[in-house]
Amino acid sequence: MAYDKFEILKSTAVPLPIENVDTDQIIPARFLKATERKGFGDNLFRDWRYNSDNTIKEQFVLNNPIYKGKVLVGGKNFGSGSSREHAAWSVYDYGFRCVVSSFFADIFRGNCLNIGVLPVQVSAEFLDKIYKAIEANPATELEIDLPNQTITLLESGENESFEINDYKKQNMLHGYDDIDYLTKMNEEIQDFASKRPF
Amino acid sequence: MSTTLFDKVWDSHVIRKIKDGPDVFFIDRHLIHEVTSPVAFLGLKSRNNTVLYPKRTFATADHNTPTINQHLPVEDPLSANQLKALEENSAEWGIPHWGLGHQKNGIVHVVGPENGITLPGATIVCGDSHTSTHGAFGAIAFGIGTSEVEMVLSSQCIMQPKPKKMRININGELGIGVTPKDAALFIISKLSTSGATGYFVEYAGDVFKNMTMEGRMTVCNLSIEMGARGGMIAPDEKTFEYIKDRLFTPKGDAWDTAMQYWETLKTDEDAVFDKELTFSANDIEPMITYGTNPGMGTGISNNIPNAEDLEGGVATYKKSLNYMGFNEGDTMIGKPVDYVFLGSCTNGRIEDFRAFASIVKGRKKADNITAWLVPGSHIVEAEIKEEGILDIITEAGFQLREPGCSACLAMNDDKVPAGKLAVSTSNRNFEGRQGPGSRTLLASPLVAAATAVTGVVTDPRTLL
Ligand code: SF4
Repeated sequence: MAYDKFEILKSTAVPLPIENVDTDQIIPARFLKATERKGFGDNLFRDWRYNSDNTIKEQFVLNNPIYKGKVLVGGKNFGSGSSREHAAWSVYDYGFRCVVSSFFADIFRGNCLNIGVLPVQVSAEFLDKIYKAIEANPATELEIDLPNQTITLLESGENESFEINDYKKQNMLHGYDDIDYLTKMNEEIQDFASKRPF
Repeated sequence: MSTTLFDKVWDSHVIRKIKDGPDVFFIDRHLIHEVTSPVAFLGLKSRNNTVLYPKRTFATADHNTPTINQHLPVEDPLSANQLKALEENSAEWGIPHWGLGHQKNGIVHVVGPENGITLPGATIVCGDSHTSTHGAFGAIAFGIGTSEVEMVLSSQCIMQPKPKKMRININGELGIGVTPKDAALFIISKLSTSGATGYFVEYAGDVFKNMTMEGRMTVCNLSIEMGARGGMIAPDEKTFEYIKDRLFTPKGDAWDTAMQYWETLKTDEDAVFDKELTFSANDIEPMITYGTNPGMGTGISNNIPNAEDLEGGVATYKKSLNYMGFNEGDTMIGKPVDYVFLGSCTNGRIEDFRAFASIVKGRKKADNITAWLVPGSHIVEAEIKEEGILDIITEAGFQLREPGCSACLAMNDDKVPAGKLAVSTSNRNFEGRQGPGSRTLLASPLVAAATAVTGVVTDPRTLL
């Protein structure tokens, strides 16, 4: 599915300073029953956002109107657990384009890159700075500059660079995905396949 | 140059290397199920692509399926819809499909090996993170997202950067009552759930060499819980014995050719890993988890650690214990339990049922326990009956259900109610994993059995 290009994102951010946020929290399994990609944003962090009777849990950050924006700032080991791409869809469909953390689980990071959410890995110190800045001022803006691979706290100008491989970077900048690349390699693939022992 | 088992299999599947980017990686076998495939098929259609090699893909229904009355129509309309989508998509593209009720149906990671879909030296992917299970055969196997499912359908390839390599050795002999599940939970408790992120693990040493194929599958299955992309074990006589003559295993000349390749699949003596860890089997006892991720586990006779004794993350640790309703310093043994789940792709194979039966034989299910015993496949179910295990467990007051993922992720009706405590042989104890508000203790089939007959967390060694 095509996604919007990502170049420079300037936005306030939503802080979620919890470690090991797993994919079952991001989107609980009972919401994986769709056969289309629809409605996943509504169920992002479902059981942290809502009580079992569907009333709102006011203390959860997504229910606090002070915090909003296109950047989600999570704790260490964000996205551990299942391979469900639905977790990345929920994040995107809710309106986030970027997740910042000091460490990402592998499959979640890959899924994000495949669907147009930019995972930005920062140092533990910088993550802390972001949390403190948002705590002091929820209107704090972050700038994520993909061409230059930097993330900046606009108020103080403090910044850090982040890594992304050039191939994925070009994809994000242009809104391409891997399938566009692979379909152009059809002949080479078939040639390879014909030589496999099984 | 000396190479590792992992290098040999990986490198022989790379079609193209992209500079400062991923490898274009060929996939021999693709497993699909009802939950993570429908959107991939929609994507395929919307781009006017076709399934390039339908015979390299295999479909089974498992995540969503009921575990009783499988002969009746599925009641939940959303689940029924996903099952129908899988059936129709498979039929449309000519993909072998083992739907609900089919005699080969079962959990995707149980039916793959059972039917010879899983082979040494193969690359295997599936939209489920526990695809790592298949590494037990010396395959490179890992979970993928739905976009990648679509990639494999349309091109039989995905684009992956090559992970780093880690070797985990355990030498010595596991004690009585200590199972492969305990070895895996032990490693995860040492490494944490992110300790192997970015790595592909090879397991080596006496303990894995002496393990059955079922045990190796349990260990490789849990690789993902330490953050690893996957885990693998070099194929040996046991591996070849297991796969010989199965449905999709190469036969005749094709077997001989494959054997020549398979015999090369080992790590060279002087090959170097990016990271190497060694443990001793003597240090492992039956394990149990007490928190909300699989890394929060300990030997069953230990107490829950104090936050101060751990490195960092005190707030997260306390939040987790708070969810579980436990206190630092609590003993695990003796905690009253409400549910016991035997099953999943971690521990839903015949050996797990044998282990369970060895403890409940001649005993009775405790009154406070609701038990769900769910075989990983119809083939496992048939073995349970043939070996007389069904009689043993029935006599002890247990009931056998029909195959599927069941309470592993509770997408069907097998949900542990809010607040209830379950001892589970599955692989994840995340908040709400087994139903909203449910609390899970991960453990081996032996611990599950001991708990099922006493009603409280019990060290199985006291009942052996
Ligand atoms: S049993 Fe659990 S982990 Fe295994 S395939 Fe099913 S849902 Fe995934």
